[in-house]
Amino acid sequence: MSYILSEEEQMLRDSAQAFLAEKSPVSELRRLRDEGCKDGFRHAIWKDMADMGWNGIVIPEEFGGVDMGFTAAGLILQEMGRTLAATPFLASSVLCATALRYGGTDGQKSEHLPKIASGEKVYALAVDEKARHDASHIETRARKDGNGFRLSGQKRHVVCGNGADMLIVAARMDDDSIGLFLVDPEASGVERTLRRSVDSHAPANIQFDDVKLDGDALLSETEDGSALLDLVLDSGRACLAAEQLGIAEEAFSRTLDYIKEREQFGQKIGSFQSLQHRAAHLLTEVEMTQSLVIKALRQLDEAPSQAPLWIAAAKAKATRVSRLSSAEAIQMHGGVGMTDEYEIGFFYKRAQAAGEFLGDDAWGAGRVAQLSGY
Amino acid sequence: MSDLESFRNDVRDWLEANCPDSMRKPMKSEKDICWGGKRFEFSSDDQKAWLERMAEKGWTCPSWPKEYGGGGLSKDEAQILKEEMERIKARPPLISFGIWMLGPALLKYGSEEQKCHYLPQITRGEIRWAQGYSEPGAGSDLAALRTKGDDKGDHWIVNGQKVWTSYADECDWIFALVRTEPDAPKHLGISFLLIDMEWDGVSTKPIKLISGKSPFCETFFDDVKVPKENIVHQPGRGWDVAKYLLSHERANIAGGGSGAQMNPVAAAHKSGEVDENGRVADPILRGDIARLTIDALAFETTLQRIKDQADGGQGVGAKASMLKYYGTELNKRRHELNMSALGSDGLLWEGENPEDGDPARGWLRSRANSIEGGTSEIQLNILAKRVLELPGG
Ligand SMILES: Cc1cc2nc3c(=O)[nH]c(=O)nc-3n(C[C@H](O)[C@H](O)[C@H](O)COP(=O)(O)OP(=O)(O)OC[C@H]3O[C@@H](n4cnc5c(N)ncnc54)[C@H](O)[C@@H]3O)c2cc1C
Repeated sequence: MSYILSEEEQMLRDSAQAFLAEKSPVSELRRLRDEGCKDGFRHAIWKDMADMGWNGIVIPEEFGGVDMGFTAAGLILQEMGRTLAATPFLASSVLCATALRYGGTDGQKSEHLPKIASGEKVYALAVDEKARHDASHIETRARKDGNGFRLSGQKRHVVCGNGADMLIVAARMDDDSIGLFLVDPEASGVERTLRRSVDSHAPANIQFDDVKLDGDALLSETEDGSALLDLVLDSGRACLAAEQLGIAEEAFSRTLDYIKEREQFGQKIGSFQSLQHRAAHLLTEVEMTQSLVIKALRQLDEAPSQAPLWIAAAKAKATRVSRLSSAEAIQMHGGVGMTDEYEIGFFYKRAQAAGEFLGDDAWGAGRVAQLSGY
Repeated sequence: MSDLESFRNDVRDWLEANCPDSMRKPMKSEKDICWGGKRFEFSSDDQKAWLERMAEKGWTCPSWPKEYGGGGLSKDEAQILKEEMERIKARPPLISFGIWMLGPALLKYGSEEQKCHYLPQITRGEIRWAQGYSEPGAGSDLAALRTKGDDKGDHWIVNGQKVWTSYADECDWIFALVRTEPDAPKHLGISFLLIDMEWDGVSTKPIKLISGKSPFCETFFDDVKVPKENIVHQPGRGWDVAKYLLSHERANIAGGGSGAQMNPVAAAHKSGEVDENGRVADPILRGDIARLTIDALAFETTLQRIKDQADGGQGVGAKASMLKYYGTELNKRRHELNMSALGSDGLLWEGENPEDGDPARGWLRSRANSIEGGTSEIQLNILAKRVLELPGG
């Protein structure tokens, strides 16, 4: 396993950097927010991303993807973290694509994966029902009904949920095992409520009231829905940790620029030792995070059975460090850091939301303890 | 079979045949370390045999050139040797300041004669070296050192005092920073000298630590005659050597941060502080340990990542400061949690068994990690200046 990026990976990262700087800088997130965008992303940019091949980054070529693996997906998300690009990439191209790839029948794959890859449709994953991430707590029910199912329950804060064209919903079946179901959000009995969130994304609470599903709504390639869900969530966590790393890096780099510029007491504030030490500490923490993130992504690609520990550690570390970095950013910017006009606050907000999604640092610590047998 | 694979097989066979069973158990305490040196007393015949066999192969310093007593191994081969030793839990045959401090400095700055003379003594564990840097008035501000060498033509007469000299009373030679150019600017007046501690005028006095041990000393130089050929690099350029050596020292101290000898979970089992499922009973302590585990994993992967980068030609440079800072702070945390997990059992200072006081003594000793080799604050200063390029003096 190498910590060094391959040439292909570096090229991907460079093109992501260039694309996002041009099409989706932080000002674009501000614009989405100020326009009151209900989908939480810009469709035109999403289409452009599909043209770059990104939307099918973990989708096999036979289903319209480029199949470059999770490390590649993580590299794109890391760059998205740097510009705070709000897109369905994580929900649709990572979480749902992974669910379909590993849980879908051939029929389901050929129907849905090309739509994700082409950007024609946006998919979102609905798992959580409590305020804090807890994938073991699923009370949504999918009762057998003839050849199909009846779905009832509530999902909370479904990321990208308001703009999604299709949902993949985790529900308990008659034998209490977990199943993942494809659900059309426009079907009768589905009700979405937009929740405007602090990071200017557009998640939704979604209510399912005796929704009628066909038999082939269930991702049924695998028997063990719970293992499938674990894999899906872990792929999302590893990639999200990469986004958090990007947030941490960018907030830090903007702060460094600022303390090299701003003067007080007749000198650059970056010459004060108390700020220097905190900056040096941040440098160290960001480097540590970077190592865990690349390790987690590579393990997912190369040795998935050993990946969960690394992923939990990476998600926990990235949560903590992205929050620390953006919080320190505000402090070191002083008053200007508190203004809406200045962009640094957007990083702090996104760090909070990204940290919460799929398990924060406390969640990660619990999982690490459990996986380590203590 | 590739060359590396057959190398691995050879290493495996050789270790199997040559590493004594008693050397395949983790070291319990400092007492099990083989430091080498003229006065070193081996704790067992196995320890002696293990050192001799490894030194014969050059594997006490696997990547040093063969002509200087090393193993002449490539990076990949050295990694294989390390892995194979870890696999059978083989102890390091020899640990010394010669290996991780002086050796690298001599390889870079020493004359051919010096390399041929001093390096093999290090690889064979014949000479034990002390580090004479710090002085009462020169700690973090090392370049303020005042030990001086008066130029007497073919030799210097050295006078002054060093302090915190680890194991000086057990060492044979000392590499010391001495001011030989009194009129030069602070950093340009220092020379790096090699001094035999048996020479007239060198004396040491042990200092007792909070851990109850005396691993370091005051070292005095009274009119010590040091021949001119005992200088490494040029007169007045000792600071370059000193800094280069420090980066190796730091990387090495940092490495201790990944050491899992001290395991708070095992400690909780020992003290009975686990529940019926074998989980650490106190949920907050369990969480703290888990956060430690996460940071330890982060540190371990960072060590590997930086090694990968170094292999790929990107220098490690000031990153040694990052590793030193993070690794030592981590190690202190590990010891603190170890003590918490042991509860009152950890407070034992001495008891029936020789190892009874080890947790407390180890915990106390760990406080020095972020002081020795340059304090944490100094590492942060270095990072701020050299890596982040922040302004100010
Ligand atoms: C166990 C142990 C073994 C050692 N072994 C050796 C050895 O073998 N050979 C040898 O030469 N030395 C050795 N040392 C000495 C060690 O290198 C020094 O203790 C260390 O460099 C700090 O110097 P000092 O003790 O004089 O502390 P000081 O320099 O007086 O520092 C005191 C405090 O002030 C802080 N401080 C100082 N300057 C700054 C600054 N510019 N900015 C912010 N904070 C600052 C320090 O971080 C520290 O917290 C050893 C030390 C220990 C504890």
